This record gives sequence, C-alpha cells and structure tokens, in this order.
Amino acid sequence: MDTSGGGHHKKGPGVKKGKKLSTRVDLTPMVDLGFLLITFFIFTTTMSQPTAMRLFLPKDVKNPDEQNKVKNSAVITLMLGKNDVIYYYEGDSAQTLKPTDFKKIRDIVIDKKRRTDPKDFVVVLKPSVDATYKNTVNILDEMTIDGVKRYAMVDISPVEYNFIKLTEAANGVK
Amino acid sequence: MGRAKLPRKSTNIDMTAMCDVAFLLLSFFILATKFKPPEALSVVTPSSVSTKVAPEKDVVLITIDKDGKVYLSVSDANVPEKKEMIDALNTSKNIGLTDAEKANFVNIPNAYIGAPFSQLKSYLDKNPEQLRNVIKPGIPAADSTNNEMIDWIAAAKTAFAGKKMNVLVKGDDASKYPSLQGIIIALKRNDEMKFQVVTSPVPAPVGSELYNTQQKLGTKSSEN
Repeated sequence: MDTSGGGHHKKGPGVKKGKKLSTRVDLTPMVDLGFLLITFFIFTTTMSQPTAMRLFLPKDVKNPDEQNKVKNSAVITLMLGKNDVIYYYEGDSAQTLKPTDFKKIRDIVIDKKRRTDPKDFVVVLKPSVDATYKNTVNILDEMTIDGVKRYAMVDISPVEYNFIKLTEAANGVK
Repeated sequence: MGRAKLPRKSTNIDMTAMCDVAFLLLSFFILATKFKPPEALSVVTPSSVSTKVAPEKDVVLITIDKDGKVYLSVSDANVPEKKEMIDALNTSKNIGLTDAEKANFVNIPNAYIGAPFSQLKSYLDKNPEQLRNVIKPGIPAADSTNNEMIDWIAAAKTAFAGKKMNVLVKGDDASKYPSLQGIIIALKRNDEMKFQVVTSPVPAPVGSELYNTQQKLGTKSSEN
C-alpha cells in the first residue's frame, strides 16, 4: 500500500518505484477515539457535581397570634405516608383525605392552584414518621417545579397520623 | 494544446498533528478531573431540579445514612475551625480527649463524627481503617430531648463566627423523615435558618411551570 500518494511524479524518468512499504499509519481512527474520550471526560466532570437545594426555615413563633393566618379554603395539605403514598386534603377536613402518589400529585397541586386566589394559596407539607428522606426532598422539589410560592413543612398531628393509619388499614397496606 | 495539467493534490491529510492535540487535551482532562474521594459513607442522594452547585468551602456537612444515623463532618480546608469545635466541646462536655484523638478528627481528610459524646473518646481513638469496619452509632439527633446535634451546630457556629458557614444536609434516599426532622430542630435551636440539601441534578419536567419559566428566562437558574 502506498499512502505517500502523489509524490512519485517528481522523480526522474529512470528511477524505478521501490517496493518499500510506507511506515505511515492512518491516524484518523485514533483521533476519533481521542476526541471520544475527551467528550466523555468533559461530560463526566461537569455532571458529577452535586447540586444543592436551598431551604429556609421559618422562625418558631411562641405566640399563636403572631403566626401567619391562612384561609382554610386556600390550603391543600399533603401528608407523606408509607410506601411513597401521599395523602391529601383541602381545607381543614382531615378525615376526607385521599391517597395519591408522586406521579399524580403535580396535577392535583396545579388544579388546586388554578382554583385558588394566588395570594392566599398555601401548600402544607406534613411528612409522617413513615415517610422517607427521598419523599421529603421530592415533595419540596415538586413545590419548585409547580411554582408554589408559599409552602410550609409542618409536623404531623397525632389525629392526622391516625387518619393515615386508618386509611392504610382500610386499603390493606402493611 | 491542452490546458496545463494541474497537479492532483491528495485528499489524505496528515492526522499526526490532530492526534497529538486530541491526546494532549485528553491527558489534560484526565489530570484535571477531580475524582470523587473514596467516601467512607456511601449515600445515595435524591434528585432535584435545583441547578445550584453545592459549595465546597466552609462546609459543615451533615450526613444521614440509609439507617437514619446522623454524622457530621467539616470540609478539610477548615482545620482551625475543626480544632476550635472539638476543643470547645471537649471542655464543655468533659470528654477528656487526648491531642492524638483530637488530631484524628482535625487532620485526617474526610474525617467525620459518628458517635454520641459518651462514646466519642473510644470513637476517635480509632484510625480511619479501623472505623470503616466498626458499626458506628451515629450522633443522636432523633428528637429535641436527646439531640447532640444541637451542641455540634452550636460549636460549629462559634468556630465559623465571621465566616459564611454552609450547612449541607446529605441524606440517603432510604432514610426516614425523623432523622431530617431532628436536624431541622437542631438547626432551628441555633438560629441557623438556612441550609442546603445535597441532591443530584435532574432537568425540570417538560411542560411544568418551572420548565416554562426557565424557557422564558433562557436561563437554568432556579433560586428558591
């Protein structure tokens, strides 16, 4: 194989073409491989950076009168239960809670948001002791995704936890 | 006469130079890549749409492992702060640590605390290799009554006075909510109202409100 192409026409007429094989190697595949690896390294370096989600905690207020008042009708409460289940209810009627999951919760929140005056709309998040850390972070993230301006993470009350327990028992969740 | 014969140029290009450049860049990226240090605690973080990169300086990292045990570490560059923290707690809690035991927390990279004050002496007695094989009890932070995290955060706050302290919480997917609740209680007690949760990034779901805002702004920042 002669890859030194086009060089021999300069040689004199009496010079016979030697049978010497060229030492040149086609480097194209090697360059391809090099750039492929470069792209890989570029991507892995930027992707592996963990991100941080900022959270601001509210100050605990001793006097209940100083607490923010919210309209009952504008509130939706999401309670995080066992096995990635979310129990939600509107207003203050905890006994009417309905179970849902993380896929459907977006539509529920957006639906509630559309029906409510934006300046009153509040989402109350109540993770129960059965909820995982992942559930908690996911639901906080969901608030960012849905553009919920006001949301609060509140400890679950024993009454509400009891409602969850009853619902779980009724649905046969162990 | 026919026209002058143009010398036919070869289409083969010499790839050597390009190959050189490619591999030079490759070696640069390999060397510049900071590989994740072998973490003593393996934690699978949840994902979020947040695009803010987690800070690396002046970090107080609270780790929750998959069993809900809580650990505390301070970024390696902050040696004076680490020293001040451990000294202050040694005095106030009467632990009686030797200098060597303190150095085990202060000087060893990626050192973390994972024991209550009562067991801290024997915990810090061990070197990192020994610690890896030991079942660590974690810092008690379950509720407000026995929450040693309050003391640790208070010590960190004093040590980082005048500097911006970044409190990071890195939790495992499988850990339960009460561990996080305990940490939130400890932070609230110390008036540390801001903290950051370490997550792995995912893009905002297509069609959601956040996605639309990001498209409109043409930026991917999602400060919340």
